[in-house]
Amino acid sequence: MIFLKLILTNLRRHRIRSFISIAGIAFSVAAMLTVVTILQGAIGMFSSILSSDSEVIVFERNVSDLFFSNVPASLSSEISTWPTVAHADPVLFGIVSSADHPIITCFGVTPGDARIRKATWLAGDRVLFGKSNDDVVLGSRAADFLNATVGSRVPIGHGTFHVIGILKTANGFEDGGVFMPLAAAQSFFHKDGSSVVTIKLRSKEDAAAFKAHVKQSYPNLIALEDTEFQHSYSQFKILKATAWAVGGCGLILGGLGIANTMIMSVFTRIREIAILRVNGFSNTQIAAMIFGESSCVAAFGAFAGLVIGITALFTLKHVPALDGYVDASIRPVLMLIVIVLALLTGIAGALYPAAYAMRIRAVEALRFE
Amino acid sequence: MSSLATDPTRSGQVVLRAENVWKTYDDGAITVLRGVDFEAAQGETIALCGPSGCGKSTLLHLFGGLDEPDSGRIAVNGIEVNRHRNLLKLLRHEIGFVFQLHNLIPDLTLAENCLIPTVAAGTNRALANQRLHELAERTGLTHRLNQKIQKLSGGERQRTAICRALMNHPKILLADEPTGSLDEHTSATVFQLLLDVAANEGVSLLMATHDRGLAYRCDRFVEMHDGRIYEPRTV
Repeated sequence: MIFLKLILTNLRRHRIRSFISIAGIAFSVAAMLTVVTILQGAIGMFSSILSSDSEVIVFERNVSDLFFSNVPASLSSEISTWPTVAHADPVLFGIVSSADHPIITCFGVTPGDARIRKATWLAGDRVLFGKSNDDVVLGSRAADFLNATVGSRVPIGHGTFHVIGILKTANGFEDGGVFMPLAAAQSFFHKDGSSVVTIKLRSKEDAAAFKAHVKQSYPNLIALEDTEFQHSYSQFKILKATAWAVGGCGLILGGLGIANTMIMSVFTRIREIAILRVNGFSNTQIAAMIFGESSCVAAFGAFAGLVIGITALFTLKHVPALDGYVDASIRPVLMLIVIVLALLTGIAGALYPAAYAMRIRAVEALRFE
Repeated sequence: MSSLATDPTRSGQVVLRAENVWKTYDDGAITVLRGVDFEAAQGETIALCGPSGCGKSTLLHLFGGLDEPDSGRIAVNGIEVNRHRNLLKLLRHEIGFVFQLHNLIPDLTLAENCLIPTVAAGTNRALANQRLHELAERTGLTHRLNQKIQKLSGGERQRTAICRALMNHPKILLADEPTGSLDEHTSATVFQLLLDVAANEGVSLLMATHDRGLAYRCDRFVEMHDGRIYEPRTV
């Protein structure tokens, strides 16, 4: 109890300094939590586009980005005839632009595609999709920002398209996107195939055999199950690495703040540490006191950071412009990782101050005013 | 006058021993102790007098393991001090320190300050509290146990420091000018308290002091001058 009081006393004694250190860790934790969650949400959304009603994705091997992948149409057709395949949907991804909106995701899909079939149609008739290459269907957010309704003609890229439907999906990318018939998208993007082919198998247990079959039949293509894709797609890896790097930099800064605070803490209580030494405190006990103090700062900071991060995510989720793009559901494992990292930062920040405190010689420190 | 400060009339066990101890500072520029030989027996009260800078505090620090001699041997209860493992044991169980400045931790209460040595030593909490109340009663501090240090008078603070020094039942009490910052009346009270607790607890008291009037009330009076010990007479 007294040991704990010795730790907390010093935090109370220098309230402003403690608060600044706690704030440093809190904002680092909040930044890491927010950035990682948003990016993981984005990755999840992108994955869900690919895995909509499918188990396996087929795309061109060794491409750095799916936008550069090209699966020839003939191969899509062949794959769809394999006995293990329930249906194969070629999807062509592209980025198009419109006035005031430089980036709009475009999906070139067939009428039977799950994205078209399973979405909630707010307006228009699904059966009309694919009848004409001038026709497009808009996600509800895209319809909002393009001020389009069914029957409108919207300028997209170098063409003008007739809106035949507006649909609502839970996925922000899809809801802010444009759906074109595959043939129209191929023409628009000057491609003869698709970016990916999403595969619905008759049985999930056929996945391994299907992948082996693809590898054997089409060496230039690769088939990955959805979870494999999420873990191996290089863009996702880059995004994840960026998120952790941003958060990591924040924590390093927070750690430096703690180190600074703890050094000051040791300097201002040199005499007190000497008193404890004279009264029998060991090096371990002195170090434990310093680490205890920094751990308290880190723990308070981590808690405050979680609150700030969750609040920020909740707020972002409810910003109309970001509707559907922010997934605010924080994974417990991420919270655990962030808390552990914050505590480790606290400990790392106290390493030098603790070593310094352990070297304090009571006989000299007692003369210290 | 003798260079080996021992009292041959006392037959108690030797608890403090310095043999030909030299100590310098500033890379040898300042010599503080010059071949000091000293012995103190169990239960003795010894006053160490001398001008400032004569080496009184240094000798106390060496006995307490707070500093190391350049040469010579320092032993407490027969065990050489300058080994770390012994040092912790020494500070936790065998030696209590009282300084001129009380050296209490201001944010803690009187009781909490006194309990610090028991925290260091990992003493059972109930036993520690029992000891605290025993010492508080003996030093007249029972009614002040929950007071913060800032609210205590100078005398009470020094009595608290004495309590703290005795918490772990040390056999030796090293007091470095414990009355140096107190007024005359309070000095006499605190000094008498030191002598009383030393007698009651059976501890040896080695006390550096400038106050010769008080010093002569100890069993022995030892004079230090220019890093050497002289024992003019046995009291």
